[in-house]
Amino acid sequence: MSPAADLQAIWVYLATTPLVGLTVTLVAYQVGDWIYVRGGRNPLLNPVLLAVLVLVGLLTATGTDYATYFEGAQFVHFLLGPATVALAVPLYRQLHALRKSLLAIVTAILCGSVTAAASAVAIGWALGASRQTLLSLAPKSVTTPIAMGISEELGGLPSLTAVLVILTGILGAVGGAFVLNWIGVRDWRARGLAIGVAAHGIGTARALQVNEVAGAFAGLAMGLNGLATAVLLPVLVELFG
Amino acid sequence: MLGYITLLLLCQLAGEVAVRLVGLPVPGPVLGMMLLFGGLVWKGAVPEGLDGAAQGLLRHLSLLFVPAGVGVSLHLPLVAQEWLPISAALVGSTLATIMVTAWIMQRLAK
Repeated sequence: MSPAADLQAIWVYLATTPLVGLTVTLVAYQVGDWIYVRGGRNPLLNPVLLAVLVLVGLLTATGTDYATYFEGAQFVHFLLGPATVALAVPLYRQLHALRKSLLAIVTAILCGSVTAAASAVAIGWALGASRQTLLSLAPKSVTTPIAMGISEELGGLPSLTAVLVILTGILGAVGGAFVLNWIGVRDWRARGLAIGVAAHGIGTARALQVNEVAGAFAGLAMGLNGLATAVLLPVLVELFG
Repeated sequence: MLGYITLLLLCQLAGEVAVRLVGLPVPGPVLGMMLLFGGLVWKGAVPEGLDGAAQGLLRHLSLLFVPAGVGVSLHLPLVAQEWLPISAALVGSTLATIMVTAWIMQRLAK
């Protein structure tokens, strides 16, 4: 057999195992992280954003469909569940800070939650988005599984919502620090809450890398925002829809 | 360590089951997080092994979002159709949410 035919045979074999999808995910993320560290930890060089760009490019170039890729990547994706549970640990370490300012935390998260949904729908409506897009936009700051459930209940498109949620998370993780510096908020608790409400788990991951207090508050904000949005949004749509 | 990884999975499993039984509007893992948090408050300390297991998972939390992020490529035509209202809504709303939440927290928290 010629070397090219050998390679072809190897590729055919590998394409049926989860090994490639899993490996390229880990490699792409580490490449992204390397660029991020080399670039002086510039938020614009967000490792998730870089890894996604590399992988989308790779899938397009090799003509691989997402389902094939996900057969391998699902092992990484699965760990999101236990990792979410594990957020209880940094949260518990902030128990003292939580107790001290519980009212402030709940107020800030509720106002942020309403702002996220209302401003997204208002801007989209003013610029002529369709009703289905508006309903899909409304829960975009909430963590993916809750957001998809809400979108479905409202009459949006859950798969479109999933995309908007991911884009929002990357946007918040990339731009959050700039906005917070710009408005002069230095308190790590406030920074964490803001990122967690606006940019759910992707923002929380970013906050954890920067500061443990910010990470714990972001995780808390992500959970409570999900709860608040799931309860409030159907009522708001009923009132204004 | 293995015992504590099992504990994380058990919390998630309990969360998933409870959410479906009661019909709660939160995902199982978020309820699992609340369960574990309640357990830690009740116990009054974080066991060393749990700390290790949690840190191991959370150190690379960003990585775990990559597979879902790649899924964006599936729906790009849909987004491209209404790119202007969608991108303006995402940018404007993210900006407003961060500002409102951070301001209120900074004002009220002591």
